[in-house]
Amino acid sequence: MSEFDQLYREVILDHYKNPRGHGLIEDADAEAEGQNPLCGDEVSIYVAFGEDGDTIDEVKFSGRGCAISQAATSMLTELVQGRTAQEVATLPRDDLLDEIGIPLTPVRLKCALLGLSTLKLALHKAKGTPLPEEWAGASSDLDLK
Amino acid sequence: MDFVAVTAERKLDARKLRADFPIFEQEVRGKPLAYLDSAVSAHKPRQVLDKLRNFYETSYANVHRGVYTLSEVATAEYEGARDKIARFINAPASRELIFTHGATESINLVAYAWGLDNLGPGDVVVVTELEHHSNFVPWQYIAKRTGATFTAIPLDEHGELRLDALGEIEQAGNVKVVANNLVSNALGTINPVEKLSAWAHERGAIMVVDAAQAAPHHAIDVQELGCDFLAFSSHKMCGPTSVGALWGRAELLEAMSPFNLGGHMIRSVKLEETTWGQIPFKFEAGTQPIAEAVGFGAAVDYLTDIGIGAIEDHERELLVYALEKLAEVPGLTAYGPAPERRAGIVSFNLEGVHPHDVAQILDMEGVAIRAGHHCCQPLMAKLGVAATNRASFYLYTIPEEIDRLADGLHKAHKLLA
Repeated sequence: MSEFDQLYREVILDHYKNPRGHGLIEDADAEAEGQNPLCGDEVSIYVAFGEDGDTIDEVKFSGRGCAISQAATSMLTELVQGRTAQEVATLPRDDLLDEIGIPLTPVRLKCALLGLSTLKLALHKAKGTPLPEEWAGASSDLDLK
Repeated sequence: MDFVAVTAERKLDARKLRADFPIFEQEVRGKPLAYLDSAVSAHKPRQVLDKLRNFYETSYANVHRGVYTLSEVATAEYEGARDKIARFINAPASRELIFTHGATESINLVAYAWGLDNLGPGDVVVVTELEHHSNFVPWQYIAKRTGATFTAIPLDEHGELRLDALGEIEQAGNVKVVANNLVSNALGTINPVEKLSAWAHERGAIMVVDAAQAAPHHAIDVQELGCDFLAFSSHKMCGPTSVGALWGRAELLEAMSPFNLGGHMIRSVKLEETTWGQIPFKFEAGTQPIAEAVGFGAAVDYLTDIGIGAIEDHERELLVYALEKLAEVPGLTAYGPAPERRAGIVSFNLEGVHPHDVAQILDMEGVAIRAGHHCCQPLMAKLGVAATNRASFYLYTIPEEIDRLADGLHKAHKLLA
């Protein structure tokens, strides 16, 4: 397989071209906006909890980004469905990276993890779950209302 | 623990190490260069020079920007240097280590970014009479701007801080900052930073340590020192100029406003509002001294390989030898504390001979020393002098150079005193 095919493998292109969970949730139970300061990509994540108020019923996202970030966020919406806020807050990033399954350089890693860190931020704001490490540096500047 | 014991016992071979430094291949005024001014800036070994050249030739690109391979390679080198330098001072995390242009900028960063938001009337900023201007003037200036009181811990006649004066200092108001150098550049005094850190924290103040003179010669453990910020420069520790570091506690750095503003330090920029990036990048606006930072990392490798303990031991031996030799020079007054509380620095005056004349006469012998106020005018006032001569030692200093210093001083005394 060529390097190109390895990176932009079929499943990535499929998620990029037909993103799952793309859109908005009106009156979401949790939401947050994240940016990748390196390239200016932005993603907004919306979460609706189930009747127990804790299990994730639906995740949607909107924003702009490269194929890696869009595909990774799309895969993320499937990965976290039916999990509790706490489970997702402590979800190791390797769980998502395994799902993505492509070699990523440090810069592209940031693209791939933008959705996950933004989702963790949304859960932190709604539920007080731990703030992801990658957000810790900017926590004082974020509007955590 | 075995490892520590082995390191402490290792002795450095200054004669062998000199071969690493191309600067010593030249003669000055027909004589081998005796460079006794490392306290102001140290020379650079081939290992650092080669690293700089190699980095520019094979790995250079701007960092944290490109998706392309070369940028990734450069970024890995730059961040690798950050990791090394953070480990060198036993920082709990690399992201607490900010690259600056040197210790001066590091201290200005804290004085502005922390001071402007946290100081006001009724607050007290405490420095010492022993500070280099770089850890004195920024605090004096920010105190004035914010209406805070500025005061200095006095010295005793041996150049040691008079900690008994702290009680009185405390009466001046709400102590918010204590700023002190770990090693004095003018006298070589090793200061009781741990004690001052504890005193500062008991009063809710932050402890800012200027380690510019300590880092090249003295093992630093920020967790043991108990300080909140620590500043140092690459050029005094065999690394390139124009790069240095500020270590700070993450929670303080995160709560602080930025210092320099511009590219790379942002999270998002909009017409209405800009949000800041994570630490350390929040404090690294614009293109950084990239190759210099990589060279700084190579310098830290070089010093670590030799062993900071071995460097300190070597300098102390030279210091004891120098104090003996200088005591034989008629009319010579040496300043500073006992050798065991002191780095490899000898500050002195020759009665009836101005320091500039002393330095001039020594230069004719190929011996380079510093003459002046050493950016420590408050200290000079305390000593009752305008200037002193200062000889300082490093890992490449050999006893013959101290002999040549002493011979030159005898000559200066004969000629001018």
